[in-house]
Amino acid sequence: MNDFIRFENVSFAYEIEGEAAKPVLENFSLTVHEGEFLAVLGHNGCGKSTVAKLCNGIEFPQKGRVLVRGLDTASEEHLLAIRQCVGMVFQNPDNQIVATIVEDDVAFGPENLGVEPAEIRKRVDAALRRVGMYDFRRFEPHKLSGGQKQRVAIAGVIAMQPACIVLDEPTAMLDPRGRRDVMDTVKMLNREQGITVVLITHYMDEAAQADRVVVMDHGRILLDDTPRRVFAQTQTLLRAGLDVPQATALAKELRKNGVDVPADVLTVDELADALVRAAQQN
Amino acid sequence: MISDITIGQYYSGTSVLHRLDARVKILLTVLFIVIIFLCKNFLSLALMFALTAVSILLSGVPFRMFFKSLKPILPIILFTAVLNIFYIKKGTELLSFWVITITTGGLATAFFMAVRIICLIMCSSLLTYTTTPTDLTDAIERLLSPLKVLHIQVHTLAMMMTLALRFIPTLIEEIERITNAQKARGADFESGRFMQRVKAMIPVLVPLFVSAFRRAYELSFAMSCRCYHGGEGRTRMKQMKLHLSDGVSFLLFALVLAGVIVLNHFFGKLI
Repeated sequence: MNDFIRFENVSFAYEIEGEAAKPVLENFSLTVHEGEFLAVLGHNGCGKSTVAKLCNGIEFPQKGRVLVRGLDTASEEHLLAIRQCVGMVFQNPDNQIVATIVEDDVAFGPENLGVEPAEIRKRVDAALRRVGMYDFRRFEPHKLSGGQKQRVAIAGVIAMQPACIVLDEPTAMLDPRGRRDVMDTVKMLNREQGITVVLITHYMDEAAQADRVVVMDHGRILLDDTPRRVFAQTQTLLRAGLDVPQATALAKELRKNGVDVPADVLTVDELADALVRAAQQN
Repeated sequence: MISDITIGQYYSGTSVLHRLDARVKILLTVLFIVIIFLCKNFLSLALMFALTAVSILLSGVPFRMFFKSLKPILPIILFTAVLNIFYIKKGTELLSFWVITITTGGLATAFFMAVRIICLIMCSSLLTYTTTPTDLTDAIERLLSPLKVLHIQVHTLAMMMTLALRFIPTLIEEIERITNAQKARGADFESGRFMQRVKAMIPVLVPLFVSAFRRAYELSFAMSCRCYHGGEGRTRMKQMKLHLSDGVSFLLFALVLAGVIVLNHFFGKLI
């Protein structure tokens, strides 16, 4: 797999006036491969949002560098190309919708890129169909639910035809239904369109759906592996202020009490299957 | 309840007036205002009144909407009318006591002025009733684009207008949420004198401003992530094209203008 985004020994600190700069990332290195679905997990203030902002030149590293397809994000002339290539979805859907009508908002990105009007129309319709919001194209954004708004925001990003989408806790403000819709959309984009996905989250169940999970703590990478192997390390996760997915936790408790289920269960469905198998054996 | 809010006063419909190009509608409204001030007698005013009436009928917007828009202007109309009745002393004297004299000329002028203001209000309401705020800002951006020569940032102004329109419902929702939060902590917004009630709003306004700044900050991030870099090299998905109906309405207005000038010339002047 090709390298897509590469963090090379990045150090970053937010400067607050009158206070000593508080380092967020120190000597941080990470490679995101083309086409993968990477989840970045960590508790609040571990630096995971900063990682997102470094991906497409919203913030720049003070030391080290960030490369997107070999282009340095710090170079002014590549900035537009990098931002077109790496789309970003933020936590609050309200604060990223620009226009008063859904389809106008989706058109905002391509319009900024100077795409031909007829082509923008095609991209907007295609993007809205992809996220299942085509029927709402003439709606005003404030008449939509949180999950719907977030899907409009995703459509706005894919209308720019990016190779990668970075989502910074996109489901934190949504109800369970909205969370499921957004996660389904993200997975679909990754599987069907081959779009590289970097999902920043603090929900274990969402991270469990990724190909690879990076666990962060105090600006460093604690674990970097497949979800199954990461969530097997309950002790390390607990020390980082994190939890394991509910199904995994339940499986561990069951094992302690002598029920024969695998320890690396991730989802509710897997656990259910394992329990059925265990029941049949008895 | 918040989802019921419609920005501006757009009345959705599919009439000819709704379908006219927003730029044309703005220009025609300006032209209408100019023509109505050119009217010098009742015949030319009647022509303008007829034009207004026909436009209202064509728009399919119910009459009560127009009455609603007239309501706040009513005191002004009455005030001008009364002023004209007492000040203009022309024609036959109808009534005279102490310092007040009422003449036929005064009455006629008062009526003339009232009709003129009513036509003005109707016409500008018609513009906002049949055009969405988005179309209006778009049209204003395009109409003002020649000002770029004078280094006026027309695109930036239009962008600010669009964003303001976009965030009105969001901020109203926010006010409601903050007000409820403060009420839950025992804040009292309803009782007390005027100044006390104004002071009671401070705990609402401060968090509102803080959150508005935070929103603005995040929005600017989101906009630069979507490659926003000002108006340069930017295209638009929705192109504004002129149709036959736009040309026809311009022609109609030209005819009305000619009619007003002819009527003014041949039938004397009231004003």
